[in-house]
Amino acid sequence: MTTSIVVDDVTKSFRYQYHPTLKKLVQGKVRRQASQDEFKALDRVSFEVKQGESIGLMGLNGSGKSTLLKLVSGVMRPDEGQVLTRGRISGLIATGAGFHNELTGRDNIYMNAAMLGMSKEETDAKFDDIASFADVGRFLDTPVGNYSSGMFARLGFAVAVHVDCDIFIADEVLAVGDRPFKRKCLKRMKEIRESGITMFYVSHSAGSVKRMCDRAIVLDKGTVGFDGDVDGAIKYLHYDGDDDEPDSEESSEDERDDALASDI
Amino acid sequence: MSQSGTDALPVEVRHDLAHVPLAPPSRTSGVLEVFRRRYLLRLMVRREIKARYAGTAFGLIWSYINPLTRFLTFYAVFGLLLGRGLGLENFAIHLFAGMVLVNYFTETVTAGTRSLLSNKGVIAKMAMPREMFPVASMLVSLWHAVPQLIILVAACLLTGWWGDGPMWVPDAVGMGAAFLGFVLIMVFGTACGLLFSCINVIFRDFQRIVQTFINMIPFTTPMMYPYWITYDRFPNFWHEVYLANPVAEAVQLIQRGFWYPTCADLPCATMPNPNGDGTIIPAPEFADHLFTRGFIMLAVGLVLLVVGQMVFARLEKSIPERL
Repeated sequence: MTTSIVVDDVTKSFRYQYHPTLKKLVQGKVRRQASQDEFKALDRVSFEVKQGESIGLMGLNGSGKSTLLKLVSGVMRPDEGQVLTRGRISGLIATGAGFHNELTGRDNIYMNAAMLGMSKEETDAKFDDIASFADVGRFLDTPVGNYSSGMFARLGFAVAVHVDCDIFIADEVLAVGDRPFKRKCLKRMKEIRESGITMFYVSHSAGSVKRMCDRAIVLDKGTVGFDGDVDGAIKYLHYDGDDDEPDSEESSEDERDDALASDI
Repeated sequence: MSQSGTDALPVEVRHDLAHVPLAPPSRTSGVLEVFRRRYLLRLMVRREIKARYAGTAFGLIWSYINPLTRFLTFYAVFGLLLGRGLGLENFAIHLFAGMVLVNYFTETVTAGTRSLLSNKGVIAKMAMPREMFPVASMLVSLWHAVPQLIILVAACLLTGWWGDGPMWVPDAVGMGAAFLGFVLIMVFGTACGLLFSCINVIFRDFQRIVQTFINMIPFTTPMMYPYWITYDRFPNFWHEVYLANPVAEAVQLIQRGFWYPTCADLPCATMPNPNGDGTIIPAPEFADHLFTRGFIMLAVGLVLLVVGQMVFARLEKSIPERL
């Protein structure tokens, strides 16, 4: 088994405000405020992922999940430590990827595929698959600015899953899709997982992490709070238990989806 | 992922991952990486061309209306009102040849400076060489310069037909000069685009500062007035400073290619005799050592490009979180 992702002692800080006005700067200087204007989104995070593993990344809002994904996908660079990956990366960081509103769906598919490193021939060969997966019908030739949020998300997901990648990143992909699309996504992600692609999956739904992933990493205020099996992670987050938790209803639905997905 | 036979193998075997090195996901080799991903660059340039006038009724025509009105204004003021004593043959060509490059440069720098901010949606979500954006701005502006160049050629031919001068025949030296002029603007435009685009992300007032200075560019080049005026009226040191402007150099180079051959038999430029006897004598059309200056300028431009790339690589690390 080769190593797929190495995150080694990574720290990433952000500032509370990046563009202070001159007035504020002068005020701060005059009053000699001890300006504590940085916070650590990730603080000395380390872990390794083997090729073919599927990792569920969990944690409360603001725990650093998206920052970690951006570091792994190469959008951001760590302040300290290093991130190493092997092979081609595809996936979605938040839904809808980097689409240009004024371009048509068709043009955006080509554009997005090129950004993910696909050649024209590769995109041509997969175009029909992508278009039918996105299932936006006649809207394919209208600007994506006019799309509904669901269609927008479908198009982004459709491109990302058709890249012949080694690492797949999925950030809350199922948040906006409707039920049939969710099913299609789950089925697709299962295929991705089974083909030996390393998967990095962010979700708040304990049920879907349990089904999709064989290992979970829980981020807690920027540090690795838990790294191990999924059940342990759910226990760590207290996502289990309470019957009145809204998640329980969803997870039973998820199970039904899963059953359906395997039928399709 | 699809159903063909080889795909049944796990990805690890199919892509031979054991022999793919572990590497930082954001590694790039700077501007060179942009040319390695030519296909993406082509798509981005095409998108930018399409998007610039999206939703306007006149579309691409707007890229002519702007230069045209500017040309007419300058022509009216400098050619008709003030220009009687400047002694330039075929003043309209002299002016328009310069404007092709000046427009190209100002458009490249203005669009390049904004390029990162105006693409922030993509930059925050996709990993790709971000040098792509200023370079694409430069190429889009180059695309907009092409029709102006065609108009320039047509104007040269027509002047040869009806004017007093010889027929316009492009000569090798002149075309070489014009080409060098274009290359100069490309190199300096890209260098400025790289530098300014990342500075603009960190310090948002920058694009307004750039805009202020860019408005001065047309006046710092010898296109609406003859070159000899600067030589005549600036003290030696300031004359050299004036010539150290790469746009001024490029403008003279393109004029060498297009304007100069339209009046080669006549004196292209004339000036009053400096001894004050009231006679008119031929004046130098261009600065001396035009080509030597051009190549030195090109070398300076390439150094600036390297510096621009280094600054960009340094500042780029913090760009996604600052957008």
